[in-house]
Amino acid sequence: MKALARKWLPAYAGLYVIFLYLPILLLPIFSVNASPIPQFPLTGITTKWYRDLPKTPALIDAAWNSLIVGVAAAVLSTVLGICAARAVTRYRFPGRRPIQGLIMAPLVLPEIIIAISMLLILLSLGLSLSLFTVVLGHVLICIPYSITVLVSGFEGFDRSLEEASADLGETAFGTFRRVTLPMVAPAIISSLLVSFTISLDEFIMAFFLAGTETTLPIYIWGQLRFAAKLPGVLALGTLMLAASILMLTFAEVLRRRAERRTADAGAALA
Amino acid sequence: MPDRTMIDIRGVSRSYGSFKALDEANLSIREGEFFSLLGPSGCGKTTLLRMIAGFDTPTTGKIVIDGQPMDGIPANRRPTNMVFQSYAIFPHLNVEQNVAYGLKRLRLGAEEEKRRVEEALAMVSLTGLGKRGATELSGGQRQRVALARALVMRPKVLLLDEPLSALDKKLREQMQVELRRLQKAVGITFILVTHDQYEALAMSDRIAVMFGGRISQVAAPKEIYQRPVNRQVADFLGGMNFIRAELVEEAGNTIVVDTLGFGRVRTERPPAWEGNGRAATLGIRPERLRVLWDDARAAHEVAGTLIERHYFGEITHLVVDVPGMEKPLSVTETNDFGADDLPVGATIRLAYDPDALVAMAD
Repeated sequence: MKALARKWLPAYAGLYVIFLYLPILLLPIFSVNASPIPQFPLTGITTKWYRDLPKTPALIDAAWNSLIVGVAAAVLSTVLGICAARAVTRYRFPGRRPIQGLIMAPLVLPEIIIAISMLLILLSLGLSLSLFTVVLGHVLICIPYSITVLVSGFEGFDRSLEEASADLGETAFGTFRRVTLPMVAPAIISSLLVSFTISLDEFIMAFFLAGTETTLPIYIWGQLRFAAKLPGVLALGTLMLAASILMLTFAEVLRRRAERRTADAGAALA
Repeated sequence: MPDRTMIDIRGVSRSYGSFKALDEANLSIREGEFFSLLGPSGCGKTTLLRMIAGFDTPTTGKIVIDGQPMDGIPANRRPTNMVFQSYAIFPHLNVEQNVAYGLKRLRLGAEEEKRRVEEALAMVSLTGLGKRGATELSGGQRQRVALARALVMRPKVLLLDEPLSALDKKLREQMQVELRRLQKAVGITFILVTHDQYEALAMSDRIAVMFGGRISQVAAPKEIYQRPVNRQVADFLGGMNFIRAELVEEAGNTIVVDTLGFGRVRTERPPAWEGNGRAATLGIRPERLRVLWDDARAAHEVAGTLIERHYFGEITHLVVDVPGMEKPLSVTETNDFGADDLPVGATIRLAYDPDALVAMAD
């Protein structure tokens, strides 16, 4: 049994990884295919589809919208996340754990249900659908990620570090600038990047809450109806994929750095 | 310069809701003194230290440092610096930057700043480690950086919050000696908070022993150890045999009591002692009772049966049952004459100096 597992487990793991990533790998491959039909064998290599992208005004509009929504959602969810993460890591108050659980819930709730509920509420509040409503939806989705990243950065932040700074003559603002901020900055930037990435790729919320506006995922969805537009979509998708991977990697590097710093500061107490 | 008051604590109390962390503390700490606040956890010693540093405010009372009342003066404008229990070394800065942290605000100029940092690092034997990252330091080195970072500010008072508690025993003992030497060298007033009685006894000029938010006794180490004002203080500072006694005579500063086992004893009346009817308590430290070997005689003796013997390497701990006494006596004896081989059940005689018998409040 054991021998069998040892033999087949790596094979299983390999298949699993291929299943996960092969479709994604196909995206960049077909995005440089000379033929508009995504089919092997490739007929030739071209960058035409990429060069065509900036010439599509509807795409540029959608990209701008996504950028605006992404930045707004990232900043908002990070600001709210800082408050929550600070409260959770610094204070012990009744209901701390249930509250933490509720904040994380959007991670596992069906997104389409949340989207429909939000749509109902926003409309009954008399708000018209716009990029603003998309931002609200995205903040809801991003906050659990923000908080996870921020809590791991804030945890173990030794309060006596701020006291030590005051003790050495520094003012409250100086302490924030010279101690608090450098200690938590990596976690904050990491949270901004993660939230932005999630907002950039998010489709369901945007689809329900955008009204007549389009974001990049909505634009892509619209283009899929026309076979001739497919290579352009693939090229755009490849770019978004690359951007997401880059930002998430950078975010993780920063998050680990923040975690290491605060952990080291706390180590003396252990 | 000697005997000039550096810190004056006048009727300082601190309450958290209905809990009184510190109750009417009065203390006067002299310039250049190594002063310890000693007590179990929750006795208010850390609360008092934090109020001196400015991290906490007295509910009532006044703290005066070097003649200046500290009311409303925040921590960053007080002439005190602190070595934190966790050391609170800034993890994103290296050793040099940590030590220079407070100097930056003084705008001394690069050269003078560098000189002061070097000087401070030399003081704590960390010369050459300036570029080392804060996270690459051992516990003992962190402690030294914390010390250098505080001393470089040339404070009037250095506050130390259990600075040695995170170190292992050997390093702790080494640091005790070093800290004491350092304090003598720089001449700054040190206030040490500790729950370790040996640490307090070994390092301090004077000790304040605290229990439950109150200061029980303030005195030099020897006085605290040998003449504790009450049972609680006596117990906290080490082993003590308590002996029930009955008051026979009271004359000025002297009292005469009758005891079972130690007979009639004339002793000094303790400061906190109030006549509690005719009952009194005497105490004698276990090391002040010596085993009498063979035919040796002493002016003052007490005899009993050895009921337990515990070997501790350099010393042996003997438990001796004395007829008539309600509790057996604890005795610590060195091993030069074979105390570690005394048979349990043997009758032994113990010599004592009547001056070692001290009366104390309950």
